[in-house]
Amino acid sequence: MTRVFVPRDAAALAVGADEVTAALEDHADIIRTGSRGLFWLEPMIEVETPEGRIAYGPVEATDIPALLADGLLDGTAQHLRLGPPNQIPFLARQTRLTFSRCGIVDPLSLDDYYATGGMDGLEKARAIGPAATVETVLASGLRGRGGAGFPTGVKWKTVAETAAPQKYIVCNADEGDSGTYADRMLLEGDPFSLIEGMAIAGLAVGASKGFVYTRSEYPHAIATFDKALSIARTAGILNAEFDIEQRAGAGAYVCGEETALLESLEGRRGQVRAKPPLPAHKGLFGQPTVINNMITLTTVPCILRDGAAAYQAIGMGRSRGTMPIQLAGNVRYGGLFEAGFGVTLGELVNDIGGGTLSGRPIRAVQVGGPLGAYFPPSMFDTPFDYEAFAARDGLIGHGGVVVFDDTVDMAQQARFAMEFCVAESCGKCTPCRIGSVRGVETVDKILAGQNVAANLELLRDLCHTLRAGSLCALGGFIPYPVLSAMNFFPEDFQRAHPVAAA
Amino acid sequence: MASFEPWNQDRARAVIADYAGLQGACLPVLHALQAVFGCVPLDAEPLVAAALNISRAEVHGIVTFYHDFRRVPPGRHMLHLCRAEACQSVGAEALCRHVREALAVDWHGTTADGAVTLEPVFCLGLCATGPSALLDGHPIGRLTPARIDRILESLA
Repeated sequence: MTRVFVPRDAAALAVGADEVTAALEDHADIIRTGSRGLFWLEPMIEVETPEGRIAYGPVEATDIPALLADGLLDGTAQHLRLGPPNQIPFLARQTRLTFSRCGIVDPLSLDDYYATGGMDGLEKARAIGPAATVETVLASGLRGRGGAGFPTGVKWKTVAETAAPQKYIVCNADEGDSGTYADRMLLEGDPFSLIEGMAIAGLAVGASKGFVYTRSEYPHAIATFDKALSIARTAGILNAEFDIEQRAGAGAYVCGEETALLESLEGRRGQVRAKPPLPAHKGLFGQPTVINNMITLTTVPCILRDGAAAYQAIGMGRSRGTMPIQLAGNVRYGGLFEAGFGVTLGELVNDIGGGTLSGRPIRAVQVGGPLGAYFPPSMFDTPFDYEAFAARDGLIGHGGVVVFDDTVDMAQQARFAMEFCVAESCGKCTPCRIGSVRGVETVDKILAGQNVAANLELLRDLCHTLRAGSLCALGGFIPYPVLSAMNFFPEDFQRAHPVAAA
Repeated sequence: MASFEPWNQDRARAVIADYAGLQGACLPVLHALQAVFGCVPLDAEPLVAAALNISRAEVHGIVTFYHDFRRVPPGRHMLHLCRAEACQSVGAEALCRHVREALAVDWHGTTADGAVTLEPVFCLGLCATGPSALLDGHPIGRLTPARIDRILESLA
């Protein structure tokens, strides 16, 4: 029977991929894959033909009978036909390194993994040894993809040079930022790449145990990665020398902060630790620990395989290599766009994203999750680069880009940021725990028209206190969305009819 | 549709024992209890504390810190609606209001007939196909009030 590839990615399931599979399974040999990340086309299915794969989408189960009658299985049916997937402009413009396999292979087939260059990076690391592996990662210029952008090689070198009977590799897959889904896609679409990346890290620094901390909001990702772990163990890829355990979070956003994550892994409340000591010196269970974002670790195999120079050659400034950018929210072509650093925000949301889904003008774009700034169209010339965003009081975070049209009320978005911080503060430091509550109250007074000018000043002052006085990035960065909303959309804070002070 | 066992101390001790040997066992233990009983009742806390050799206060602190752990079992179905920014940009707040009115419950509440428990969630990673929800762990995207009404009507 003809092979047809249907995604099993949670976003594809959310829009009917299982129903499409049920409609097709008597007629074709179905292979479930991850998603290519072209979510406006999901469910997107691909038919294997002698000329290569032909994509169709968005396909609903009710489309299948007519498509089959029209020649779906030899790729000749015209309705919903997208042609060869790699020629779809959204994909053709990308540089897929970290996501090279996602959406193409059966995520739980080791044969597929080996056939697409899988384990070449680990082989290379074994051949060149730990010190040269660390040097390769250092030379590649790879920086932490969780948002902080710390050089990965420096972190690894620190752990490698710290003597201890036990060291750990911890993967942060607590992807809590709204607008991000890259970790989820890879856990569901290419889980062996994480296993390989962690095994390379273990070899490089002398760690024998790895933990993956995955958020509980990702039940499909957790299930797929658990299966991948068991397959890798059976195949001997994971063994007494290096093994990995997956742990599920429990709904606390702050556990995406590395020290809170370590506390949570140790079985405690996810409260932030003061640094120093750095996790590289005293991390999980007090031992030297490499804690990296999932995308950082899954990028390591291709750096080892293709060499540091090839990776370093891509990007701009101090941001080297590619970034899997996630277009989300009110955007026409929402999906994963992996490209070298340097593409501008305007190119991303207008050219690549196609503007808003609603067809209305874009008013604001939030980059980097709930702690990221809202940028107006006048700042769309900002290139996607750690330093360029920081220079404009923003951050790229984990690469999420959320588009809002002109119906958005930016004072409400500022209120939401503070409200989110109230709910998610770990409670350890005062500015974040109490400041966020006062922030909500102050925005409410502004919205009610009470002493608006004085309360705006107070809110700004509170933001400075949070930024300077918080222990971690949650309290430290929550001022970004609030201040950017105040600075770029001041009219939204002046809508209430003034009332006399009580 | 989920089905949970009624609270039983001996059963709880056995569940705890299955995971107590893990490094940093507390979260896996609590997740396992919730999977069996639908919640982590107060009565479970001294059992966990004894098995892990930590204080009951510590266990209480952990259970109450994390949003996932419940004190009472949920209704027959569990609906998680996403309230985060990406879903907000495509109408999640209006959808959430609609669902709360249709079910006549607030967040964390269970409908009078015990059919549905409504929980907010801040991001399901389905940010390009929002507004998004998880119904009994099954993802649903591109939600509209009409579509969620049809889904809710089909629930027993």
